Amino acid sequence: MSLFSVFNVAGSALNAETIRLNTTASNLANAESVNGDASKVYRARHPVFQAMVDESDLSLDGEDSTAGVRVLGVTESTAPPTMRYQPDHPLANKDGYIYMSNVNSIEEMTNMISANRSFATNIEAINTARDLLLKTLSMGH
Amino acid sequence: MFDNIFGIHEQALLLHGQRLSVLAANLANADTPNYKARDIDFAEVLGNTGQPPLPVAVTNAAHIVMSDGELPAGELKYRNPYQASLDGNTVEMPVEQAAFSENNVRYQASLTFINSQISLLQFAIAGQ
Repeated sequence: MSLFSVFNVAGSALNAETIRLNTTASNLANAESVNGDASKVYRARHPVFQAMVDESDLSLDGEDSTAGVRVLGVTESTAPPTMRYQPDHPLANKDGYIYMSNVNSIEEMTNMISANRSFATNIEAINTARDLLLKTLSMGH
Repeated sequence: MFDNIFGIHEQALLLHGQRLSVLAANLANADTPNYKARDIDFAEVLGNTGQPPLPVAVTNAAHIVMSDGELPAGELKYRNPYQASLDGNTVEMPVEQAAFSENNVRYQASLTFINSQISLLQFAIAGQ
């Protein structure tokens, strides 16, 4: 019964969006992190999504006619960290500079809203599939 | 008489269920780069099912009889996006959500038809 696959597909999306929300929370928490060493400062992390689908199979009854999402991995942003001259800072290097994390708070906030919406949409899809299945179960009553 | 008691709705229910999972996959992959939104051409696939509009005459033993009442067969098709996005994803949330809720209503409509057919038969059997 294909309606049951909705639970797997939407469930995988819920998992992926949760990971996205987690990385966003981590990025926002570390938005103000500083370090005296450019290589050790916190860098923004973002998950990479991939569809679990075989693009060559388009038949309706094929195994891959519906596709879930998987998180391929989490990448670190390569944007350069901002330098700030603050010689009185305890973490400042010998030239008096500290490095700020390269987290873009605005980007993270929009990411959070997008993840939130996607999560709600997938919950809605699961609820719809459950309602339809329950109504189908009570057919004839 | 009982072969075709639910009419087209038996097939339609199966196909709506299939389409629901395809649309759910589109919704699930709304943020996946390079994912192409897919859908079922409902009229075309439903046209492939059930009895052919005109049965083909069988006058020779080698002729193949067309089967009826099979599961819907057909192919998924890619959706044409109204506006392509930079990451190659063609899922447009409002389009998918609209299609999803429309499909939901149509599924329930088919279910209602089947249910009323069942209660009609129960009425005929019980006579009350």
